[in-house]
Amino acid sequence: MFKKLASWDSIIILLTVLVLIVASVVVDNFGTSRNFTFMVLDLMPIILVALPMTFIIITGEIDLSVASVLGLTSSLMGWLWNHDMAIQTIIPLCIVIGAVAGALNGFLITGLGLPSLAVTIGTLALYRGLAFVVLGDSAVADFPFNFTGWVTGTLGDGSIPNVLIPIIAMAVVFGVILHATPVGRALYAIGANAQAAHFSGIRVARTKLWLYVVSGAVSGLVGVLWTLRYSSARADNGAGLELAVVAAVLLGGVSIFGGKGSLPGVLAGVVLLTALQNALRLEDVSGQALNIVTGALLVLSVLLPNIVTTVRGNWQRRRLRQSAAQ
Amino acid sequence: MLRHRLAVTISAASILTLAVAGCGGTTKKNSSDTGGGAQTAASANPNAQLKTGLKIAYLPKQLNNPYSDVETSGGEAAVKELQGEYKKVGPNDASASSQVSYINTLIQQQQDVIVIAANDPNAVCPSLNQARSAKIKIVTFDSDASKACRDIFINQATTEGIGESLAKMALEQAGADGGQIAVLSATPNATNQNSWIAVMKTELAKPEYSKLKLVKVAYGNDDDQKSFQEAQGLMQSYPNLKVIVAPTTVGIAAAARYIGSSSYKGKVAVTGLGLPNQMRQYVKDGTVKKFALWNPADIGYLAAYAGAALASGQITGAQGDKFTAGKLGAYTVGANGEVVLGPPTEFTADNIDKFNF
Repeated sequence: MFKKLASWDSIIILLTVLVLIVASVVVDNFGTSRNFTFMVLDLMPIILVALPMTFIIITGEIDLSVASVLGLTSSLMGWLWNHDMAIQTIIPLCIVIGAVAGALNGFLITGLGLPSLAVTIGTLALYRGLAFVVLGDSAVADFPFNFTGWVTGTLGDGSIPNVLIPIIAMAVVFGVILHATPVGRALYAIGANAQAAHFSGIRVARTKLWLYVVSGAVSGLVGVLWTLRYSSARADNGAGLELAVVAAVLLGGVSIFGGKGSLPGVLAGVVLLTALQNALRLEDVSGQALNIVTGALLVLSVLLPNIVTTVRGNWQRRRLRQSAAQ
Repeated sequence: MLRHRLAVTISAASILTLAVAGCGGTTKKNSSDTGGGAQTAASANPNAQLKTGLKIAYLPKQLNNPYSDVETSGGEAAVKELQGEYKKVGPNDASASSQVSYINTLIQQQQDVIVIAANDPNAVCPSLNQARSAKIKIVTFDSDASKACRDIFINQATTEGIGESLAKMALEQAGADGGQIAVLSATPNATNQNSWIAVMKTELAKPEYSKLKLVKVAYGNDDDQKSFQEAQGLMQSYPNLKVIVAPTTVGIAAAARYIGSSSYKGKVAVTGLGLPNQMRQYVKDGTVKKFALWNPADIGYLAAYAGAALASGQITGAQGDKFTAGKLGAYTVGANGEVVLGPPTEFTADNIDKFNF
């Protein structure tokens, strides 16, 4: 129990709850239902992309092309809509295109054995470039209101945003897969030691390939949701989102070296970042200061667990020495 | 084997979905719903007193842009005159969606007026309409939002006026023989710059401009370093260039800095839209002979008065509504809820010292 409490993801979950409570009491207009709706809309893209990103980082890899896949599907969505395709066709098609973009990442990484950092920095530029090829500098805005209105709307005029349903559904599916199936355990094994995982019969390459396909598909879906939320298909949509996602995942206690982390921690990381930014904005803290807070949190999230491990290690060594001396 | 079957099933399922969805559905042609949330038109009371204590918030495209700082400083002065509460918030990047979170925050804080320069005319719309249903008046300046989601747009000058003035200044400065000219703009999707360049191109097609040839529109992204490099690139690609027209304050300053420090000084004219304080040294050293701009402080000033008039019920934003904007005098709302500030001012070595912004 003590070990469980002291782990970084439980600390983050506690911290998140604390921030939510303090902000509701201290910050005017924070704890209102409308602000809750706004916050869910703000964290939607980060939380959805963070789900497959958590899986990928747990296996010791990374996918930096997610925001560009988002931009590409957003562009394609606008282009296809302008070319008179039905939106009911466009949406699944965009998800499939996202999956294909992810599959290309996966193939380059697992098929050719290239490092994921280099590959996805490359496709980050490539997919964003393609997005500009598709739509150029124009924006497409005339999507049907029953779709755009659904994304920004709430359940039965209450305060629960519609998009919370897919968010919760997907978080549950990803959580169950990661924490309650052999596939999830295989991901940790791959991240801890890919070679050992391979020799114990886990198909490392194929698993990673599928992770990138899923990451691409989810990014495609978020591209669709983003476009509908802002009623604006643009090639520059979501630029920089990959950094917010990676920041939230690391803040949530996932080790960048793989093998460690939990989904509840990541969800708390996303909520913590979004809630903190929202509360500070309501207190009229400037945008630059917001960036400083986010940056400092990220550094701390990497630094603190290391310090804790070192201190604990020293303490254990000292105890060993003491018992040896006795 | 199992994995293989799974992949086949997924592909089959997605193809099936596409096929099913393909027949019938909502397309651009059969969807006419635009979703613009219209506000019920209250009637204006021209004799209403301007309210005091109004909370007026400015949301520029991004913070730390010297130009929008001058605009909002005019707004701050006006809000002080109106005895209201002034506030300025904004994102660090001028991206389309980053303003939305700030609009939401302002709704939560129950401001009376939001004065916004929209980074994307449509992306801010759903939030602005939410603000309007919370009884917040929306005034746009600098870059308009869709007219379905704001009450009044403060137009610094008509698009035609600016585009024509840019073409005229280029012709004056290209010399008697004319020659090649190039445009150094802001971002490729900047709403104003693109509409001015479009007017300028129409002007250039006229016979009196036949001596001018527009060879390139370059984009410096309103970033000083990028604009400097683009100016450099223009001269490398087109060494015979006569005029660089930069319809952005960042671009014209960067271009003047490059030309002023290169061997092209005196041979290539730099003109466009600039801030007198930034351009003063280049006007004095002869790199720049003439450039133009409206007074940006007046835009923010006019926006505050328009917002106060809206919030006080003096006007509703309908065509023909009249209000008085402090030191600037009387204004009438034009078609589409637009209020035009006035003609741009031209700056030369003779008058530049009269302006400090």
